[in-house]
Amino acid sequence: MVSQLTISERQYALATLLLLGLGGLAMAAMGRGDPIAVHGYIVLIFAIGLSFVVMAGYYAPEPDKTRLSRYYDDPTKVGIVLSIAWAVVGMFVGVWVAALLAWPDLTFDQAWSSFGRLRPVHTSGVIFGFGGNALIATSFHVLQRTTRARMPGQFAPWFVLLGYNLFCVVAASGYLIGVTQSKEYAEPEWYADIWLVVVWVSYFLIYLRTLARRKEPHIYVANWYYMAFILVVAVLHIVNNLAVPIAWNAAKSYSLFSGVQDAMTQWWYGHNAVAFFLTAGFLGMMYYYLPKRAGRPIFSYRLSIISFWGITFLYMWAGSHHLHYTALPQWVQTLGMTFSIVLLVPSWASAGNALATLNGAWHKVRDDATLRFMMVAAVFYGLSTFEGSFMAIRPVNALSHYTDWTVGHVHAGALGWVAMITFGSFYALVPWMWKRETMYSPKLIEVHFWLALAGTIVYVFAMWNSGIIQGLMWRTYNESGSLTYSFIDSLVAMHPYYIARAFGGLLFLLGALVAAYNVWMTIRQSRMDAIDAGEDADIPLFARDAVQAGE
Amino acid sequence: MKEFFHRKIERNAIGFVVAIVAVASIGGFIEIAPLFTIHETVEEAPDMRTYTPLELAGRNIYIREGCYACHSQMIRTLRDEVERYGPYSLAVESKYDHPMLWGSKRTGPDLARLGEKYSDAWHVAHLINPRDVVPESVMPKYGWLMRNELRIDDLGEHLVAQQAVGVPYTSEMVDNAVQDARGQAAPDTDAASAVAERYGEATHVRAFDGDPSRLTEMDALVAYLQILGKLTDKANQQAAAVEVEEQ
Repeated sequence: MVSQLTISERQYALATLLLLGLGGLAMAAMGRGDPIAVHGYIVLIFAIGLSFVVMAGYYAPEPDKTRLSRYYDDPTKVGIVLSIAWAVVGMFVGVWVAALLAWPDLTFDQAWSSFGRLRPVHTSGVIFGFGGNALIATSFHVLQRTTRARMPGQFAPWFVLLGYNLFCVVAASGYLIGVTQSKEYAEPEWYADIWLVVVWVSYFLIYLRTLARRKEPHIYVANWYYMAFILVVAVLHIVNNLAVPIAWNAAKSYSLFSGVQDAMTQWWYGHNAVAFFLTAGFLGMMYYYLPKRAGRPIFSYRLSIISFWGITFLYMWAGSHHLHYTALPQWVQTLGMTFSIVLLVPSWASAGNALATLNGAWHKVRDDATLRFMMVAAVFYGLSTFEGSFMAIRPVNALSHYTDWTVGHVHAGALGWVAMITFGSFYALVPWMWKRETMYSPKLIEVHFWLALAGTIVYVFAMWNSGIIQGLMWRTYNESGSLTYSFIDSLVAMHPYYIARAFGGLLFLLGALVAAYNVWMTIRQSRMDAIDAGEDADIPLFARDAVQAGE
Repeated sequence: MKEFFHRKIERNAIGFVVAIVAVASIGGFIEIAPLFTIHETVEEAPDMRTYTPLELAGRNIYIREGCYACHSQMIRTLRDEVERYGPYSLAVESKYDHPMLWGSKRTGPDLARLGEKYSDAWHVAHLINPRDVVPESVMPKYGWLMRNELRIDDLGEHLVAQQAVGVPYTSEMVDNAVQDARGQAAPDTDAASAVAERYGEATHVRAFDGDPSRLTEMDALVAYLQILGKLTDKANQQAAAVEVEEQ
């Protein structure tokens, strides 16, 4: 990989790593006695480790000019691998926290392993680690193909991908040592947030610069979604994370907003993280890989336009439905509910557009598990957006809010839509990237598909049951007009569903492990073939050395 | 036929970017900006006090341990919630909460009115092993809170940062933050009476973890849990007024 960089890019990389390492050193030295020092060491190790990788390939000959007539896919390849690694870690922690609710003593009396600290490791691990890396990897691929232009430089994509992963590592390790802002899905502290802004601006610039070089006059619909994802997530991230640190060498900060304004800002962020991270970004993925795999053009161009602008405009109003019947003024709650219901129109326009694209390719859906992943994702997208609009209705929310129903809803979207479309896209993309006809084992894709579908259904049904039972028990009155159940009664009633949920999650995790194995073997096969054919140009240097040493 | 107008936007990357940001900004702006300017959004509560340094430290432990992932602090305006937890939460009650901890999930019960519902000893026992006092509980054990010495040397910096985001701490409170934290958990000392002077006679001054000789994280967390819903009496007053009206 390093051998593909020009000498000046290698120097850029080393200089950046030097600065990063110095930054880490400063955090470690100045933050003594504070958790920020731990993060300083992590940054330092990260920088040193990567500079070894760069230095190992530093004296390799310059890559030849012909590379400029091809697309640059190395960051996409690494992004796919990182994404799957995060999927396994994030989902494993997910199963663990699910088990903690059934068997609370699985913490082994350690501070870092209690539910409250592990839960954000799960959410950040799957949303930002798995989802974010998948978005970066696929967006680089889709961007170049749909503009017919190579990305302008080779340094910036690596900076974005690896810088983003540094953010993820700092975030996840922070939760374990108790560094958190407590804002859901925006837990990392101020210094990690600032770092993410730097990374994100570079990401946006790659997009703009590649678009400026495009040979295709029109910007393809997948890129609209990827751009909306990058832009709006930046706005949300910056506003919601405004905070005053207690000192420059301390991790702790206090949010600029308080109380009701903070709640509204947080859920404006929280709901639109769902909208622009978990929906827009993955719709971009869907709009490229689903028609490609099906071999059919998108059903309706106009429907794409309506759904895109509908989603971009309407979602931003919907966040207040997280705060029904709270101290938030009712006019904001009403606006949130209204727009949440209208939101169903563009959501179903997207889902319908995807499914209608499959017309004429249903025999492929039957035979090809990869395409089936994408089809099921579109179905779950339609289901969970319907459920979301339904739950945003005030009286429904009175029952569902604070219960497991919300958790079930989120997972219908996260497992059924986000993870399924990602795995489907990966199964299409991995053979293209590693120059193979197919994945290592199409059979294992089939196995993964059924594990994932079964896991999602078990999970969602368990949470529907527990959530609705919980909500009903809390509001049940007896004949004398007092509440029938104590809180603990409702908790006891959840126990079987918590076990079922952990089981559903376990099935989904097993599916992800199958995917990891399948992808790994595809990459290995590709390397073996390249070595056999003597085409070792795109094999990393260390692997080539290993072969020579054996001779 | 005239070219469909959207085809033009699609050819202009910068225009597209500007359009996305403009279209996406409207909703948030209209819903959030007025919350800062419309005065009825947050009620007046003249008796509202700030957290003491010890309570603030306890709140930070509550955040650090992720308690908000399972406990809400927001009683909704629904009959069953008011009967189960107490008067519904008012906006003013979290006025000094940077960030708010309203929560989104009740794996455990709401805590908005937890203050003084149970004894300190109950909280300590419950945090060390929840199943000792509530056999069916699934809450994690937090035994190390009792073993960990509370970090107080930087509490002054915490209060300065709180001032910066708008919490009315006085410079006297900032200067005495460390002593106040110690004093609140060491009754019958000079430092203890100084806390009550600065934060009000109603401030709880007790050895929260049962041991006045040490200041532990348990002291701080229990001090915080015991003040939940007690910073102002506004919600109770309002509930009482409604009751009088109904009669």
